[in-house]
This record gives sequence, C-alpha cells and structure tokens, in this order.
Amino acid sequence: MENFGYTVIVPFLLFISFLLIGLAGGKFKPALSGIAGTFSVLVCTVVSYITAFSYFSGAGLVNDVYQKIIPYNTEWMRFTDKLVINMGILLDPISVMMLVVISTVSLMVHIYSLGYMKGDSGYSRYFSFLSLFTFSMIGLVISTNIFQTYVFWELVGVSSYLLIGHYYQKPSAVSASKKAFVVTRFADLGFLLGILILSNITGTFDYSILTDPNGSALTQGSAISFMGLSVMTWALILVFMGCAGKSAMFPLHIWLPDAMEGPTPVSALIHAATMVVAGVFLVARLFPLYALSAPAALHLVGYVGAFTSLFAAIIACTQTDIKRILAFSTISQIGLMMLALGVSDFGGEKGLGYMASMFHLFNHAMFKALLFLCAGSVIHAVHSNEMNGMGGLRKFMPVTHITFLVACLAIAGIPPFSGFFSKDEILVAAYEKDFLLFIVSMIIAGLTAFYMFRLYFSVFWNKASDYKTAPHESPLNMAVPLMFLAFASLITGFIPFSKFVTADGKGFETHIHWGIALPAVGIALAGIFTAMVIYKKESDLPQRIKASLGSLYSLVYKKFYIDEIYIFITKKIIFNGISTPVAWFDRKVVDNTMNGIAAVTNFVSVKIKSFQSGQLQQYAYVMVSGMIIIILFVLYLWNK
Amino acid sequence: MDFGQFLYMRHEIILSALALIVLIMEISSDKKSKANIIPVLVALFFINTVAGFLPVETGSLFGGMYKTTALIILMKNILNAGVLIVFIQSAGWLKSNFTGNDNIGGYFFIVISSLIGMDFMISAGNFLMFYIGLELATIPLAALVASEKLKERSAEAGVKLILSAALSSGILLYGLSLLYGTNGSLYFDNIASSFQNNSLQVLAFIFIFTGIAFKISIVPFHLWTADVYEGAPVNITSFLSVISKASAVFILIILLFTVFRGIEGIWNSVLYFTSVLTMTIGNLFAIRQKNIKRFLAFSSIAQAGFIPLGIIGGSALGFSSVVYFVLIYLFSNLGAFGVVAAITNKTGKESIDEYNGLYSTNKGLSLVMMLSLFSLAGIPPVAGFFGKFFLFTSAAKQGYYLLVFIALINATVSLYYYLLVVKAMFINKNDVPIETIKNDGYTKLGLIICTIGIIAIGFAGIIFDYINSLTFGIK
Repeated sequence: MENFGYTVIVPFLLFISFLLIGLAGGKFKPALSGIAGTFSVLVCTVVSYITAFSYFSGAGLVNDVYQKIIPYNTEWMRFTDKLVINMGILLDPISVMMLVVISTVSLMVHIYSLGYMKGDSGYSRYFSFLSLFTFSMIGLVISTNIFQTYVFWELVGVSSYLLIGHYYQKPSAVSASKKAFVVTRFADLGFLLGILILSNITGTFDYSILTDPNGSALTQGSAISFMGLSVMTWALILVFMGCAGKSAMFPLHIWLPDAMEGPTPVSALIHAATMVVAGVFLVARLFPLYALSAPAALHLVGYVGAFTSLFAAIIACTQTDIKRILAFSTISQIGLMMLALGVSDFGGEKGLGYMASMFHLFNHAMFKALLFLCAGSVIHAVHSNEMNGMGGLRKFMPVTHITFLVACLAIAGIPPFSGFFSKDEILVAAYEKDFLLFIVSMIIAGLTAFYMFRLYFSVFWNKASDYKTAPHESPLNMAVPLMFLAFASLITGFIPFSKFVTADGKGFETHIHWGIALPAVGIALAGIFTAMVIYKKESDLPQRIKASLGSLYSLVYKKFYIDEIYIFITKKIIFNGISTPVAWFDRKVVDNTMNGIAAVTNFVSVKIKSFQSGQLQQYAYVMVSGMIIIILFVLYLWNK
Repeated sequence: MDFGQFLYMRHEIILSALALIVLIMEISSDKKSKANIIPVLVALFFINTVAGFLPVETGSLFGGMYKTTALIILMKNILNAGVLIVFIQSAGWLKSNFTGNDNIGGYFFIVISSLIGMDFMISAGNFLMFYIGLELATIPLAALVASEKLKERSAEAGVKLILSAALSSGILLYGLSLLYGTNGSLYFDNIASSFQNNSLQVLAFIFIFTGIAFKISIVPFHLWTADVYEGAPVNITSFLSVISKASAVFILIILLFTVFRGIEGIWNSVLYFTSVLTMTIGNLFAIRQKNIKRFLAFSSIAQAGFIPLGIIGGSALGFSSVVYFVLIYLFSNLGAFGVVAAITNKTGKESIDEYNGLYSTNKGLSLVMMLSLFSLAGIPPVAGFFGKFFLFTSAAKQGYYLLVFIALINATVSLYYYLLVVKAMFINKNDVPIETIKNDGYTKLGLIICTIGIIAIGFAGIIFDYINSLTFGIK
C-alpha cells in the first residue's frame, strides 16, 4: 500500500506561509504577501490532487474497500497513561475529498483576492489569516482523533473571527465577528462536553477505533441511559451541538448572515464552501457511531437539518442584501446536507444519504463559492450590497453574468449542472426513508430555485439603476476563478461519487431516478418561472405581493425575529436575571470579604506594632515568655 | 588514627587556610595595596567553592565528634556558594567604606571564621562540638554588624545582637546540661538511642530548639531581627539573613531528624505552632514597613515560617524540599539584598518610597529586584514557586492540610507586599527618582549569578532529584 507521507507538506507549508506572511509581511511589499500565500496554496492544491488521484485510483483500496490510511501520527501530549493526544494525518474518502475541496476553493479565493483586495491597507494581514484558515481547515479534516479535530475546530473559529473582522474600523464588522465567535464558542461548549463523554465511555479519542463499525466503541455507552436516552446518544447530541454552531443550524444560525461583513472572498471560502460544512463533515466522520449506536441522535440531525433548511429558504426569499441572500441560501443547503445524513443508514446502498450528503457538499462548495465570488465581482463594480440598487448588469459584466447563471442553475438543480445530481440522490434517500422529509426537501428545491433566480433577475436583468460610474467587468485574475468554478459546477455532477465516497468505504452504483428527478426539476423550473415573471422586468408586482402579505412578509423579512429573541434572552433575562445578581454578589460579597480580610490584617498589624519596640529588655521578655508558653503547652496540654 | 581521614574536614581545612591567608595579606600589605585583597579573596573563595564540589570521602572523626555525609557536604557547598555571592556583592561596599582603613582583611577573616563555625556546627556529632560551632558562627557576626563604627545604629545593632545571642545561647546551654544530666552523654547517637519522652528531656529539647529558633528568627524569638538587619550594613544583613539562617535551618533539621526523632510528635506540634505564628506575624509586620531593609527582614521572618512545613512529619521528601527551598531562598534573597546594597551603598536611600520610579532610571536593578521578589513571593515560573510548591506538597502528603491552607493564605498576603515594592519601582511616579547608578563589575556579576539561580534552579529538575537522592531513606 502506498504510504502518502508527502501529505505532510500540505499543513506544514500552509503553516509556514502563515508565519512568514504574518510575521514578516509588514516588511516586504504587499503584493509579495499575496503571491507567497497563493503560491503555497497552489503547491498544496497540487499535492492534494496527487493524493486524491492516487488514493482513489487504487492506492487506498483493499478488497474493494477504501481504507483509513494514517501516514503520520505523533504523540502530542501525554497526560496520563490512558489520556494521550496525538496529532496526525488520516486519509479516508471524505478527508481526501475535503482536501480537494478546501485546496481548490482556497486557491480560487486566493487568486481572486489578489485582485479583489488590491489597495487594501490590511493586504498582508488578510493573506496571512487566509493561510492560517486554510491550514486549520486542512488540519481539521485530516485529524486522526477527535481532540485534534477540536483543536483545529477552534483554530478555524479564530481565523474566521479574524477575517470577519477584517474591516475592524467598521463597528458592524467588529460586532459581527464577536457574534460569530461567541455563538460558535457557545456551541463548542457542547462539543467539548460531547468529546469528554464520548472518550470517557469509549476510552479513546482515535477515529480509527471510534468509528470502526465492528469495534467495541459502538456498543459501549449504550447500556447506561440518562433521561431516556443512552449516554452515547447524549454524547453525540452534544457533539452535534458543536456541529450546529459551526454549520449555522437553527437556532444557532444567527451568526452566519452577520458574518457577511467580512470581505466577500472570505465569505466564499469560509462561510460558504469550507468552514460552515465542518459540522456536516464531523457528523459524517462519526457517522458509524450515529448510524449504528445512536439512531435517535441521527434522527435529530435530520430533522434539525430539514427545519433549518426550510426556514432559511423562506427567509432568503425576502432579503435584499445579495450577500445575505447567499448566506441564507448556504444555511438552507447545509441543512439539506444534514437532512441527507439524517435519512441515511450505514452500509452499502442503504448509505445513499451519506453519499448524497458528501456529494452535495462537494458540489455546493464549488457553486456556492462561485456565487459568492460573482457577488463579490458585482459588489466590486457597483460598490453596494443592496439588490435594489442594481439591475441590468448583464450588459456591463458578461463573464460574471454567465458564470452566475451557471451557479444558479446548479443550485436550483437543473440538469446537467452538478446540483441536479446530488440533489436527486438526496431526494431519493429521503423518499426511501422518511416521506415527510422528502416533501420538505421538494419544497426547499422549489424555494431555492425561486430565490436564486429572484436574485439573478434583479441583478442582471430588470431596469438598470443610475450608476454614477459605469460598472465594469472584473480584471482577469478575478474572472479566471469564476470561469474555473463555473466549469467545475458544470462537470462535477458527472463524477461517479458513489463509487468513491460511501459510509463503509465500499463503492456502489447509482443512477438517476427519473421518477423523482422529473418532478423535482419541474418544481425548480416553476420556481424559476415565477421569479422570471416577477423580477425580470421592472414592475410593481413585488411591491403588490409584499403589501398583500402584510405582516407575514415583515415577519419573514425580519428573519422571524430570531435575533431579537436572542437579544431579549441575553439582555433582558440573562443580564438581569443572572449577570446582575452575580455582579452584585461579586462586588458586595466577594470584594467586601476580601477588603474585610485586608482591613482585619491591617488592624491587627497596627495593634501588634508595640511588640517591636526596640527595647532589648522587652525582646528578652517576649522570647523567654514565648518559650515558657511553648513548654507549658507541650508539657501540660499536648503531652498529657 | 589514619591522618588521611582528616580530609573528611576538607571544607573546614581549606576555609581555615583561607582565613590565615587573609590575615597574612592584611599584615603584609600596605595601605595602598589593601584593596587587592578583594580580588584575591574572591578568586580564592571561588576556587574553594568549586573545590567543595569535588568528590570527598565521608565518615566520622574524633570518636564521633565530627561526621560528614554527602548531604552535609551539599549543605556546606550551598553555604559556600552563598558566601561567594556575598563576597562578590560586598566588594563595592568594602572599597567605598574601607579605603585607607585596615578592616578589609578583617571583614573577610570574620566572615570566613563564621562560616567555619557553621560548617563545624552542621558536621557536629556531639553537642559540645555543635555548641562551639554555633558560637563561632554567631559571635564574630556582632563585630561585623557593628562594623560601620561611625553610625549609631550600626553599633546599637551590634550590641543588640550580642546580647540577645548571649541570652539564647544561655538557654541553649541550659538545655544541653539537662540533656547531659538525663542521658549521661552528649553524643548525638547515644542521646538518640536513649532518648525518653520524659518531661525533663522534653524541656531540654525546647531549650535547644529555642536557641536554634533564635538564629532562624522564628516567632517569638525573632524580635532582634528587624533592629539588627536595619542597623547593620546591607551586605552583612544579607549574610545574616541568608547564610546564617540557612546554616541554622540545616542543623535544626538534622537534630530533629536524628537526635530528637523519639519525640517527633512533640516537635511536630511545636513546629506547627511556631510556623503559623512566624508566617503570620512576619507578614503582618512586613506589610507596615517603610524601610526596605526592615521590610526584607520581616519578609525573611515570614519566609522562615514556611520552612517547618517541610520538616513537619519528618519525611525524606520534606527534608529534600527544605534544602531545596533554602537553596532557592538563598539566591532570591541575595538578589534582593544585592539590589538594595547597590542602591544604599551609592545613595544611602533605604525608604521604599524612594524606590518609586526606579525602573525609569535603573532598568537592570529593577528587573533583578522584581525577579527576586517574585521568587520570594512564589510566582511561577521563577524558582521560588517550585521551592514553596515542594514544601507545601510534602506537608500536604503528611496530612497537614490546615497548615498548608494557612500557609497558602500567608503566601497570598505576602504577594501583596512584595508587589507593593514592584509597583513602587515600575508604576509609581517620582519627580526625583534615584539617579542612574553605575555598578561596578562585582555588583553586576553578583546580581547576574542570582538572576541565573532564580530562573534556572526551578527548571533544572536535576537539582531537586539530586537532593532527593541524598535524603533517600532518611526515615
């Protein structure tokens, strides 16, 4: 079997690049930082492709099953004999796939950023953080154990925080980055508890032991139950809480729309293609546990995914900020991936949902990154995020227009674009397992097509606004990534994914289920048509619809007031109910106790001052009487 | 008797030779060349310190009057190292205060004599030997304390030291006589084997304990400390507070672990009682001090209060941690006193308020002072933390949780006043800060050695392991 030792280059190089640009970036020309970062990602991309090619072309295959290969694993910290934390590289179908996704999107974003960020004062800083993020994300997916995952999980959180707050002079960016960090940290509390419980009942952090479908880890912890569910189920639910935070599942989704305050390429990389799918990835990573040991937790995953997906799709239909629309669309699509995992079983063709989820993750990364980069291109040209201020851009920006259209078709699930294939698999998996979820995903398919084309028609058709300066097409280094990703969205659907990435490593055949695919495409087309009628030409139709829906519309427009509920809970209930009393306790009781001790100390110290009089006679007196006291004490009290 | 066995006393023999060399140099050099004594003596003493680490046979001499073990040799080496630093640090003071005077040789002679006394005291196998060593260690010090003849306080301090030392050694002698009366012998081994837990012998123990506790300045036998420390020249104070104290701690722990092993229960409770008193009273007084020397005097009393934590329970681990703690305390306190000496000898300023804004003018001195105080306070990662940590651990292992708790509170209180000084140096503003002091090579060297010690000893786990290997099997 091939030893993939060279994969070490990928994280190593990215880390070096981060350090180099981060520490010395101020010293050399900004452009050089960008080129250094881009070049290191380029090398990583090449290595990732070689790895993927060699892994999937047979090096990872033993008896027709894709193996977990650990080319590198070293002891990092040893707390006790049992509690050992390793750092290493684990290659299996999903981590290899993620390597490809991350390096590809990251490379595209790097190239794109060379143009997009030009002239920005934080150019070097931006590229160093981008390297840090890519490093952390890669470290996350190749983790050999859940603790390593946790370390890198937090690192991606930090780099996301740093990049959202890139324009730190803007108060909104600062508060958005804080919000993202706090919300995901809160979720990670659950994740950490989950890890601790999980490793406590199984006695290991290692994925190769944890997720061995024939191993003992699966059966441990199912015997002990707590509040009606087994401990294993609780542990996995807690881990899923972390996943929900990272992947912006309801009700922890509130940070993602705000995170759009970051530079648009960052949104493309972190908040569309890679970091936000980390939750999906982690559930997939632990999938044998979910599927075989805690089906209840997996159910929860599916339903949370479905609800979030529908919920976000509805909101996306009303938003007017183009990046926020894309953000809600991302939430919705990730929900769909969670849903797919939730309807999957383990092993063989029953694992269709798992495979569909990964397939969709892969495709989604490409077309969603494309959508964001196109949006960035538009924003770059128009200098605004507001959809209402745009229109008619197809004449000014032909490349952006065509690539955006490709992405929209892909996400709407129109054949032969990639989204069609993966969405079809999801629908089939849902249909076979849970009819309710099937219906929900059908609705989502329609809504998705509608809101995406609402965006498309409003921006590129409709009536052109009065632009102060005529919008122009983006420079070549921004256009090339668009074209590459559009090309990817066109062809990735034809990859026979089910042969490569499956729950148990055994490949199987899939084919299009036209009985389900045709209605789905029909619904999508209906959504597109509706959008075309309403938004293609300028009319008062949108206003009329808005007016007729009345308060329902504003309910959705305000994102169901979830943010307001959070603010109410934190500011009114937590601040007043918990923080204020605690602060009072701290100020009055704790501080006063401390001050009291200090005051007593001071008082006694004044009182005993007279012992130190400077009189030698008195010293002798104290000394002798002290000795006598000790003698009396020992002879008559202690030594009786 | 094989005369080769005399080499068991190598430390004492070399020191005696050094003392003689000083005397001869003192006599044979004229006034101009007096200052040459300093480099020669520092160099010779350096050689002596290094030679102390050469391997030496151990055993007993003179029918058990004198004995050495590897552990005792380590203690002597620690004392040697401390005295070397004191010598280096006092060079500047000697040059400025003793020019044209013929006391330079006298200073070295007295310090070395005192050190010989300490070495004999630690090596004693008989109480008479012990007593002679103790007196030899103490009496010359009074002369040193009073060596700044023109200063009233220096003379007063000398008188106070000699009078209270006389009282304490009187008490100690009384204890010895009781011991002799009840056992018929003054040899440690004989007493240890025939020791009975009767009132008279307990009384004898407490008298002897008082005599030694006086030297460690354990409360309530500490009152002389502040006056003497304040009155004496800074370099003498640092000798008193470090070397003299360390030797007394060493002999105390040796006596308790060997001779008085039979009444472990009693000395445990006595130590418990005095330890709590010493820590607390030392701290309470230290808080109020305005004079940096008095402040360090009380801080050293409080530090001494921690030492019984290692002795109590009588475990080998405790023994090691005491030796380790003393070693660290030696470097930390000498570092602090070294800075104080550098400042006092140049400017005469001793008030803590005058240290305000020291950092703006004397960066190096402030940093060394800060490190030393951090080490005394026990802030990680400097060595003082590890010293306290091991002491507390050994007491906790013996089950003295309440004592450890009290010690922790006291350590916290001490943090307060140590940080007050740090705050004064780094944060407080001062219109007329102490001017920038140009230190000579000796002072710098002394401070650098202390700094290295403060930082390195905590991390060099090998040192603690080494001490541990020597105390192995003590109980």
